[in-house]
Amino acid sequence: MNEMTSIVKTTLKDWESDQEVRWCPGCGDYAILKAVQRTLPEIGADPAKTVFVSGIGCSSRFPYYMASYGFHTIHGRAPAVATGVKLANPELDIWLVTGDGDGMSIGGNHTMHFLRRNINSQILLFNNEIYGLTKGQYSPTSRPGTPSPSTPLGSVDRPALPCAFALGAGARFVARGYDTSKELVHVLKAAHAHQGAAFVEIFQNCIVYNKDRFADFTEKAVADAQQLWLKHGEPMLFAKGTKGIALNAEHLHLEVVDVVEGDWQAAGVLVHDVTNRAIAHMLVELPMGAFPVALGVIYDDPRPTYEAEMLSQDARAREGKSANLAKLFAKGQTWTVAAEDQGPLSGV
Amino acid sequence: MATILADTDAAARSTDNSPEAVVVRFAGDSGDGMQLTGGQFTLSTALAGNDLATFPDFPAEIRAPQGTLFGVSAFQINFGSTEITTAGDQPDVLVAMNPAALKTNVGQLKAGGLIIADSGEFTKRNLEKAKYEANPLEDGSLAKWTLLSFDISALTLEAVKPFGLGNKEALRCKNMWTLGLALWMFDRDRAPLVEWLKGKFAKNPVLADANIAALNAGHAYGETAEIGGQVKQKHVAPVPSEPGLYRTITGAEAISLGLVAGAQLADLPMFFGGYPITPASAILHYLAKMKEFGVTTFQAEDEIAAVASAIGASYAGALGVTSSSGPGIALKGEALGLAVMTELPLVIVNSQRGGPSTGLPTKTEQSDLYQAVYGRNGDTPMPVIAARSPADAFECAIEACRIATQFMTPVMLLTDGYIGNAAEPWHVPDPASFKPFPVTFLTENNNPEGGKPLPYKRDADGVRPWIKPGTPGLMHRIGGIEKAPETGDLDYSPATHQLQTDARKAKVDGIAAHTPAQDIDQGTEKGRLAVVGWGSTYGPIRQAVRRARAAGKDVSHIHIRHVWPLPANLGDLLRGYERILVPEMNTGQLKTVLRDQFLVDAKPLNKVSGQPFTIAEIEAAIDAHLA
Repeated sequence: MNEMTSIVKTTLKDWESDQEVRWCPGCGDYAILKAVQRTLPEIGADPAKTVFVSGIGCSSRFPYYMASYGFHTIHGRAPAVATGVKLANPELDIWLVTGDGDGMSIGGNHTMHFLRRNINSQILLFNNEIYGLTKGQYSPTSRPGTPSPSTPLGSVDRPALPCAFALGAGARFVARGYDTSKELVHVLKAAHAHQGAAFVEIFQNCIVYNKDRFADFTEKAVADAQQLWLKHGEPMLFAKGTKGIALNAEHLHLEVVDVVEGDWQAAGVLVHDVTNRAIAHMLVELPMGAFPVALGVIYDDPRPTYEAEMLSQDARAREGKSANLAKLFAKGQTWTVAAEDQGPLSGV
Repeated sequence: MATILADTDAAARSTDNSPEAVVVRFAGDSGDGMQLTGGQFTLSTALAGNDLATFPDFPAEIRAPQGTLFGVSAFQINFGSTEITTAGDQPDVLVAMNPAALKTNVGQLKAGGLIIADSGEFTKRNLEKAKYEANPLEDGSLAKWTLLSFDISALTLEAVKPFGLGNKEALRCKNMWTLGLALWMFDRDRAPLVEWLKGKFAKNPVLADANIAALNAGHAYGETAEIGGQVKQKHVAPVPSEPGLYRTITGAEAISLGLVAGAQLADLPMFFGGYPITPASAILHYLAKMKEFGVTTFQAEDEIAAVASAIGASYAGALGVTSSSGPGIALKGEALGLAVMTELPLVIVNSQRGGPSTGLPTKTEQSDLYQAVYGRNGDTPMPVIAARSPADAFECAIEACRIATQFMTPVMLLTDGYIGNAAEPWHVPDPASFKPFPVTFLTENNNPEGGKPLPYKRDADGVRPWIKPGTPGLMHRIGGIEKAPETGDLDYSPATHQLQTDARKAKVDGIAAHTPAQDIDQGTEKGRLAVVGWGSTYGPIRQAVRRARAAGKDVSHIHIRHVWPLPANLGDLLRGYERILVPEMNTGQLKTVLRDQFLVDAKPLNKVSGQPFTIAEIEAAIDAHLA
């Protein structure tokens, strides 16, 4: 986010563009769009100072549907374009919208460097574990064995974990949510409140090519047992408080423990500390199934942003200097040819 | 295709022994400091009032193994009392600091030319590394040249003895000893160099004193005629030139200054996104030191991010600039299409080098013309400007900024390794002499019916408004996908794509109405032969045509700056000549464009050896086409 100098009063309607939304009926993108459009009025965002930048893919059509400024760029390069936008005008509030193919595959390099530099912005990575717009090929986040037009016998490579990638790249804010979750607005608000590059992975249901891929933890029936919503300063409890996450100190891994009669302390349940990078690494790598999926703000520990550091360095370099072109042109060793003798007069 | 070789008997026979110009080539190991020696000799030449042109020629390796043939680094300077536009066909003087330097450079030395060799380095081991079976200083194989060999290493060690340096440090002063001798040979003032050494080694006065002592010793060696009367001191008279303030400038410096000036004239901050690549990095280095001119430099993670960040900055209202060399430009291709599609200003500098692929990273070539004009997917028209010399690169950079901002388009500025590294005197311009072209951003809704703003509403020249994000009430979305006229809304219907493709082409074609008509550099409007060039072939073409015309031959020189769109009058102009010759450091790219655009029978003269054309090569081709 940017330093909010003024709160602008808007409603959800003010953020809807006049463009017809063209995602497949039932696509998780609709829910994410609504969550973002609900978030922006709540944080007092100004449509004139808000810029949505995207790459290519289903998720990257997002800017067209927002009544703010928007730039639909090229495949994978949105972080690089956004970097230029932010450096040229740090007052703009940048939302970067990308997907698992766009942000983790063709644009993985830019995602890494954008996070490493810590450009103040929100990065929303819609993870549907598939290439939708190109009609269903497996993606870098697809699980092993994913059958697809390009892997008819099932994919054989191991998936990348976006949040683990982000932490590895040096991200200072990592959060997770999913398309239809009511909590998504809170996650987005926390991302916006973070000063720096805030990385949010949003599990998103591709109704056509990867239907219900995340149902094993998003379905109502399993939600309690399979979702671990993290809150800073609160114990890591799930399954209505009957289970928790503890640290096995001997083998340095997390484990699920039973909580009897709410006595989570006795069970050794960890209290979530958003500044604990080591635990954050463990949380994002918890295997699905045996563990609940860690959701919410996993890590949040701000550091100075690239643009702030760069601008202050530039300002120091400019101190006491003026933009004198004549002086600049005549820099270094010069000599003068005089009118009368047509020869050199002096070396300077 | 008339491919010619640099080292032919024909070229040797037609050498010009013009007494008013001298070509000196310093050659040594890449660790011998030859570029620095050359640079300082250049400065002293400029201060003596000679016109000059230089050609640094160094290996791709940073420190190639010592003494090897591929580790030789050379610096050539041509200076004189008349107009100089090339670094010279053949050296008159070769300074060879070791056997490898002699072997790789002596072939180009003029017959009868002078060799100055450091005999101290002609050891058995160094001779072997240079693949010499016998010592050439002793076996008579250099008989067609004047040979002057003495132990520069020992003489240097002797000169710096009082300063107590280690052997290695002491030998590093060799280049200053050699420079001292060269300064004596051409009757040069040592004072500016002494001042420069004092400044350079301000923190280590002993090193300054040692280098100055070496410089003086080299000079004294010449003066006291220890070299036995074989070499006479020469005085090259100052060249008459327009009164005013001068400095030497390389192409990379000139482009940096031109970009800064261009951004100021457009009244915009500049954002430069770059990624290290030879030979383009120098521009990033210069601009990184110019923050006070509203310049932001950003070293991106790769070439794609460099151009993409520049596009982002342009979108946000700065003048986005990126620079690279051929391989990097190839990587930027898709993003250039985005800039064309979204119609955002952008300046892309291509410092061309030998290709394809990694090719010849430190050698010059002009083989990216097709890439610049045609090298993108889709119908993606983009203006292209080519600089012809270091000083000209300054004006070309300003012109690129003007076209980019006035026509909302990316502009490719072509330079090459030769222009980038070569230096020439530059008449320092008065900033007030340039006409400003301030940018006006759209700040009010431009929809006459009062609906939503129209970011793709075109003016009479087909140019859309520039709208900065942050402007209240003008929120809109742009992107690389085809868009409806005026609103810019996503629309890929058949009629829209036809209309927008035509509109983008018409806009870029129309720029020709706003660029200067093609002039004739030398010669007449009609005639038997026109030599048509672009870029850094300017120097040798100019000299070759000058000599041919002096000999009464009917030949004219046309040099194209606006490669795309081509000047409106160029077709008619070319049709006024019986024959057209296009010398290029590629296999015939401008030739093909001219044939395509004007149906003229342009003939190629091509060279891709990584070395610039010699004057003699172009003279020979002129003669062949007039025969």
